[in-house]
Amino acid sequence: MSRVKVLVLGGLWRNNPALVQLLGLCPLLAVTTTLVNGLTLGLATLVVVATTNTIVSAMRRSLMPVVRIPLFVLIIASIVTCIDLLTSALLFDLHEILGLFIPLIITNCAILAQAETVASRRPVSESLLSGIATGLGFCGALVALGALRELVGQGTLFAGFDLLLGPWAVALRIDLPFEGMLVAVLPPGAFFGLAVVLALRNLVSARTGPSVRRMRAVPARRS
Amino acid sequence: MAAIEGTALPTLLLVGVIAVGAAALVTGSYEFSRDRIEANRQARLLQSLNNVLAASGDAGALNLTRIDLNDPQLLGYDDPIDVYIVLDADRPRAAVFPVVAPDGYHAAIHLLIGVSADGVVTGVRVVDHRETPGLGDVIEAGKSDWILQFDGKSLMSPDRAQWAVEDDGGSFDSITSATVTARAVVGGVRRALEFYEARSAELSARAAERAEEEPVNE
Repeated sequence: MSRVKVLVLGGLWRNNPALVQLLGLCPLLAVTTTLVNGLTLGLATLVVVATTNTIVSAMRRSLMPVVRIPLFVLIIASIVTCIDLLTSALLFDLHEILGLFIPLIITNCAILAQAETVASRRPVSESLLSGIATGLGFCGALVALGALRELVGQGTLFAGFDLLLGPWAVALRIDLPFEGMLVAVLPPGAFFGLAVVLALRNLVSARTGPSVRRMRAVPARRS
Repeated sequence: MAAIEGTALPTLLLVGVIAVGAAALVTGSYEFSRDRIEANRQARLLQSLNNVLAASGDAGALNLTRIDLNDPQLLGYDDPIDVYIVLDADRPRAAVFPVVAPDGYHAAIHLLIGVSADGVVTGVRVVDHRETPGLGDVIEAGKSDWILQFDGKSLMSPDRAQWAVEDDGGSFDSITSATVTARAVVGGVRRALEFYEARSAELSARAAERAEEEPVNE
């Protein structure tokens, strides 16, 4: 299998930061009450991890290991601050809902893990690719959990997309013919929902065979 | 990592470049965002003022003035609060101010209330709360019409003894499974009206004074 394919599949599926490495669970559990919340935080994380990987990779040859962690954090924090300011300027209503969790992207270990294990060892193109794949993997997990909780919790899908895309997106909202089970939106529902998504992921993995053996042979990294 | 055996110079330079770059990036996006964020906040403020002034007209088009005042006992705030006065030919037509209902089910409920010059509620909105989703959160205007029942009410109508939820023998709708929440909000609105009744003369005088200095929305 080509390296590119390994990197992409790793970020998206085999080593999915949220569903396999179980990193960044705090924002994952907290914001995924609706699909739009999950998607927005996922996209923000995607931008951060892709840019951080690119910058770190570009400077990897002239970096003394002792200062790398503070530098990584400085880079991540600056990008996150920018995103925080920009969403507050351009997507004010959404920022009011996600406000607390955007700065928390800084503490998402999935991003630091990428900088440390991929970006500081590989060329820019591969690091960028891996960053995008990891970001998409994380974003996908947030979207899946957000959709599940919104669907079960309030019986809608795509509610509030007008906050992200503008007034026309009100039309995207799908109302299902049931009231919803409150517990899915409450904090315990986040854990139940995550368990369901994890179980589904493992089920699909088990069906596809070889990748699950490979995953067991090389346990997921923790940081 | 490649630089272990090298000198520290490249790393120092790199740290400098990154630090300057990060500072430039953050400063740039701050400069870009500052005015927009301020405009967003202002729009949000006018929007919320309009929500509670529905009957008294458009806050954006009115002469507004802001004064700070406090009554910790009735309003529940330790620090002075902003009271927005809608002026009509220099005479106050309505006032908008925040009030806290400290006795919410999980935490204090923050309300914004609009009161016309004759002490009638023009509107109430919940600004912030921690009530149980699905039960107590029907106090949000977006979730149900419950909060609208205060419109047009005053301390005369219903009379003071009736300012309670039905469960307590009052004349305001209760909320099923969230009586505590309903009770807290009704109490908060009542105290806000008492505050307005007690201080309206002072508010008018100070508003007229301030209006000459600096209207808010210009």
